[in-house]
Formats: sequence, C-alpha cells, structure tokens
Amino acid sequence: MGTLAAHGLRKSFGKVQALDGVTLDVPDGSFFVVLGPSGAGKTTTLRAIAGLEKLDAGSVHLDGRDATGDAPAARDLAMVFQSYALYPRHTVYENIASPLRARRCSSSEIAAAVEQMSSLLHIERLLQRRPAQLSGGEMQRVALARALVRRPRAFLMDEPLTNLDLKLRVEMRTELTRIHRSIGATFVYVTNDQVEALSMADQVAVLKEGKVQQVGTPTEVYERPANQWVAGFVGSPPISLLACRAEGDRLVGAEGWTLPRPRWTTAEDGRPLLLGLRAEDLSVEQRGNASLSGELYGLEPLGDRTVVDVRVGTEIVKVKARPTVTGTPGERLLVTVDLDRAHLFDADTGLSLSEAGR
Amino acid sequence: MAVSVDEAVSTGPARDHTPPARRFGGRGRSVLEVALLTVLAVVMLFPVLWMIETSIKENRDVYAIPAKLFDFTVTLEHYKDVFVAPDGGRSALSVSFLNSVVVAGASTVLATVLGVPAAWAYSRFAVKAKKDQLFFILSTRFMPPVVVVIPIFLMYRQVGLIDNKLGLILIYTAFNVPFTIWMMKGFVDEVPAEYEDAAMLDGYTRLQAFWRYTLPLLVPGIAATAVFALIFSWNEFVFATFLTSSDSVRTAPPAIAGLIGGTTTDWGLVAAASVVFALPVLVFAYLVRKHLIAGVTLGAVRR
Repeated sequence: MGTLAAHGLRKSFGKVQALDGVTLDVPDGSFFVVLGPSGAGKTTTLRAIAGLEKLDAGSVHLDGRDATGDAPAARDLAMVFQSYALYPRHTVYENIASPLRARRCSSSEIAAAVEQMSSLLHIERLLQRRPAQLSGGEMQRVALARALVRRPRAFLMDEPLTNLDLKLRVEMRTELTRIHRSIGATFVYVTNDQVEALSMADQVAVLKEGKVQQVGTPTEVYERPANQWVAGFVGSPPISLLACRAEGDRLVGAEGWTLPRPRWTTAEDGRPLLLGLRAEDLSVEQRGNASLSGELYGLEPLGDRTVVDVRVGTEIVKVKARPTVTGTPGERLLVTVDLDRAHLFDADTGLSLSEAGR
Repeated sequence: MAVSVDEAVSTGPARDHTPPARRFGGRGRSVLEVALLTVLAVVMLFPVLWMIETSIKENRDVYAIPAKLFDFTVTLEHYKDVFVAPDGGRSALSVSFLNSVVVAGASTVLATVLGVPAAWAYSRFAVKAKKDQLFFILSTRFMPPVVVVIPIFLMYRQVGLIDNKLGLILIYTAFNVPFTIWMMKGFVDEVPAEYEDAAMLDGYTRLQAFWRYTLPLLVPGIAATAVFALIFSWNEFVFATFLTSSDSVRTAPPAIAGLIGGTTTDWGLVAAASVVFALPVLVFAYLVRKHLIAGVTLGAVRR
C-alpha cells in the first residue's frame, strides 16, 4: 500500500507563506508530479510529507493513518534530494546500504540488496568510490539506488534530474518511468520542468505561491487548464492570451479583431475575457473560417518546427508552423484559429470559462 | 555539489604566497627583505632561545658576566629538578604540571561535549530569539576575565570551590563553552543539513543522523576548537593564582611564577619549567596546524 494524503498544509518562513493550504491526494502506485515554478512551495510540500518540515497547520495521512506528528523514520518513506545528499565520507556501497543498516538488516541481506540495486542502475563498478569521485549523473543514480534499495510506502523525489545535462535528463526520464512501472510503487515527484511532468506523470498537481492551482492527468492540465496561470505555465511555446469580450455571437478583441463566439462558452456579454490560443491550434499556412489578421514579427526555427510570432495589434501570438515556413518581418499574415480548441478565461478571476460547455 | 568540510579545509593554507614583485632595487630588495626578516626573527626568538639556553646551563654560567652565549657546560640538572624533589620524591612542580593536565584536559573535554551539541542545535533548529541568544553567549567574552575574579572568588568561597581543581575546571569550562559554541556553529553551518535529512529518511533518529553523518565531518573543526580551548586553559594565570593556594591544587602557571622571588631565584629551574610548560601546547598546535589554519580562516575564504 502507498496512499498519501496531505490536507490543508500551511507553513510560513518568517513573512513568506510557503504553503497556503496545500491539499493533495496521491493514489497508491501512481506517479504523482508536483509541478510549479521555483518558490511555489513544491519542495516544502515534499519535506512536509517526509516529516522534515514542521507544519503550522494541516495533516499528513499515510495509508489512511494520521502521520502528521511522526518522525521521518517512522513514516517509511524514501527520498531523493535535489542535491542528492550523498554521505561524503562513505563509499557508494555504504551510501546505498544506509537505509538497510538503519533497519538492522544482516550483512548478507544488505550485500544482496545493494548488488541488485547497483545492477538495476548500472553502478556496479562505482561501489567502492566516494561521492566526490562521481559525476553528476552517477551521483544521481546512487541517490536513486539509496532510495530504491528498500521498499518504502512511497518514494519522494525532489527535482532529481535538475542538475543533470539535457541528454542525461532525457535518458533518466525514461529510466525512472521504467523503474516506476517495474516496481509499481507510489512516486511523488517534484519538478519545475513541465516536460518531465507531462511525460512521466499519472497525475499532476500544479502549484503556485503555496496554493494548488489544478490537479489532473497531464492531458487534463494541458487541454483544460483550470485557470489562466496554469494555461500560461504549462505548454511550450507558452499559450497566447488575448484580451477580448463577448458580444452576441462574436468575440471582440481589445485590438479590434473579431472572431465567431465559440458555442461552448458561457461568458456573459461585455465581461472582460482572455482568449487563450495554443501555438499548435493556430496556423499561418492553412485557411479557415476564423482568423486573425496581423503582421509577421519574428521566426524562431526549432528544427522540427518553427514558431512564428505574429503581432496582432500590440499583442504577440505564437503560431506553430512547419520548419520550412519563411517570411519577412512586417509582412501581413492571416492566422487561422481552431476555436474548438481555444480557451476562454475570466480576465478578473483568471478562471477558465471553457469547462462547462465541453 | 556537496563539499565536505574535510575537502574544503584540508587543502593547506588558504592564501597562496606569490613572490613579491621586485619593482625597484631588484635583487637588492630581496636582500633587504631577508635582512629585516632575520632581525625580526632574532628579536622574536631570542627570549625563547635564551630560555632554552638557561635551562641547560649550570648555575655558575647562568649568573656569569658577561653572559656566556656558547661556551657553557651543558647540564640537564634543572630538568631533573623540575620533576624530582631534592629528597628524591615528586617535586611540587611536577604535581602542578599534572594538575595543569587534569584541569586543562577536563575543562576542554567538558567545553567540547557541551559546546558542540549546542552549536549543532543553534545551527539546525529554529530557536526562539536565536540571534539574541547567540549575541548573549558571545557577550560573555566581551570583557576581560580579570573583571570577574573578585565575584567569582566570593562565590567560590561560599560553595567551597576555593583551592579546588574542580573550581578551576568549572571556570575554564565556562569561558570555553561560548567560544566553542561560536566556533563550532561556523563549522556546523558548513555541513549541509540535507545529510541529516537523508539519514532520517533512511530510518535514523535525528541524534543518530547527527552522530553518524554530521559529527565525523566536524572532527577537523572540533580539533581546532579544542586546541584553542586547551591553550586557553593551559595558559590561564589570573584565576589559577586567585583561586588556588596549596601546592597540591596549583596549576603550572602560578607554580612557575611562584619560583621567582624570595631570597634567590633559581633561574635555571624557572627556565627548565617554562620549557616543559611550553612544549605540550607547541606539540598539540603542530599536530593540528592544518585544522588550526582552517579554524582561523573558515568563513573568511568561502562564500
């Protein structure tokens, strides 16, 4: 079993409110990602679950039992730290063995477990080294091995891939997913990298300024962002947000454009809105019945695609296009909009107005 | 990534000495430098050399005028007198040396045992009014210790700690604990708290985590701090003079000072006792010199 539940976590450091009522329910065996920018309270949330941070308010339940006041050792969790926190004076072997030594396992059990872990993570030849003699990627594997060497209730991972170079990060992403599948344990994984969140998670919780903005599957978070902030944070290139209001059967932009009003929106007339358009739902190459007119502002070739910046009035709209697209800045363009996939947000509250009709 | 205190501090002196630029005078400048340094060395070391020389001169040569710098008879009689009484038993001086060892050793151990966990706690935990507390601890070192000799004397008389080794141990511990806390807090701050976090998640209690993973990293710092505390206790003169009187309790500094005066002064004995007194500290400081430099420069070079 490995269900984790955090309810109404509150924690302040001096004047900074790090956690402002964070509630998370992590189902058994899931890969649960906590996503947010730096300073959102992700690490504090994880440390609170681990018992390393004393809470001002809130409770942590592990497998349905209240563990709020329990010492970290009593919670039966394993954690991978962002800095890895490998014990500098101990060999890799001793580092990995540490959780088993704490539980007074016999040396033959320890040897067997360490051997199994080191072959799983391909670090057999590093066992007699010390952390200072390891590369970043190797340290990361050792930290992972130390967490995985026993079977705790759940694994907590604090940005474990952040300190790796890009290539290694991509490799480890696949490997972590593989490990999660093979052992079927609960993972709580903190990251500020939306690619990690979207590619690895069963469930994503998006955190901002100590508050949970949205919890859902990666698809839900991407396709149906709960509010304007989540829409802007998740997705690359970022979603384009255009100020507008509904008028009868039309959407009228603050910059003077008009589009047919999407049938799914419940927004009342005249209310200030934000129209959210993702780059892949826009086109400068095809023609459709809903389009915005603007001028080419810049091209950003990314190899497999090119992002076209189009200026509509004073606002920039990012459009995904084929890598072969060309143009000169200032050139007039028509941007075709797939309104079925557009998002509308209340400009005052930031909340999505798209949910109801879909 | 995490750097252990070991790696951070054991790389020798923090400053690299680059040869001074010879802008004018060329070689002449360096000759001048050598000459000045030689003069300085002679001036600084002469008393030490004179002390050593006196300790191995026969009494006749000690009082010879003009002073005999080189052509004297070498004798180890004075060193024998330091340890052996004229009647063949243990000398009063040797007892006082033993007292010094006991008092300085015990007060250093006590200060370390009390100070290191306190420093760890101040470094790791959210303590109410932490800064004020630390300032208060430091403030006990602001005034010269001599100021409190009289009050301490009166208090000790009340509780019967006058002329008592325990009394000296306690007062030296009281002076060394604040120093230890401040010095060690710097060292503990340098050790990432995440080692303990990781150990607690491995299944250790907080104290076990400290003991297994933080304390070993603090050993260089503890060594440096303890040597400073030891030197303070070993050298302390004022309190030892005021608070002790009998030969069986006295530590070496007042005992050696007590040799001077009276009708005649046995300078050979004074010198030999002084050499014996200086040796342990020199040896200790030499053994932990690496850590001493670390202790002195820590915080000054990193961050």
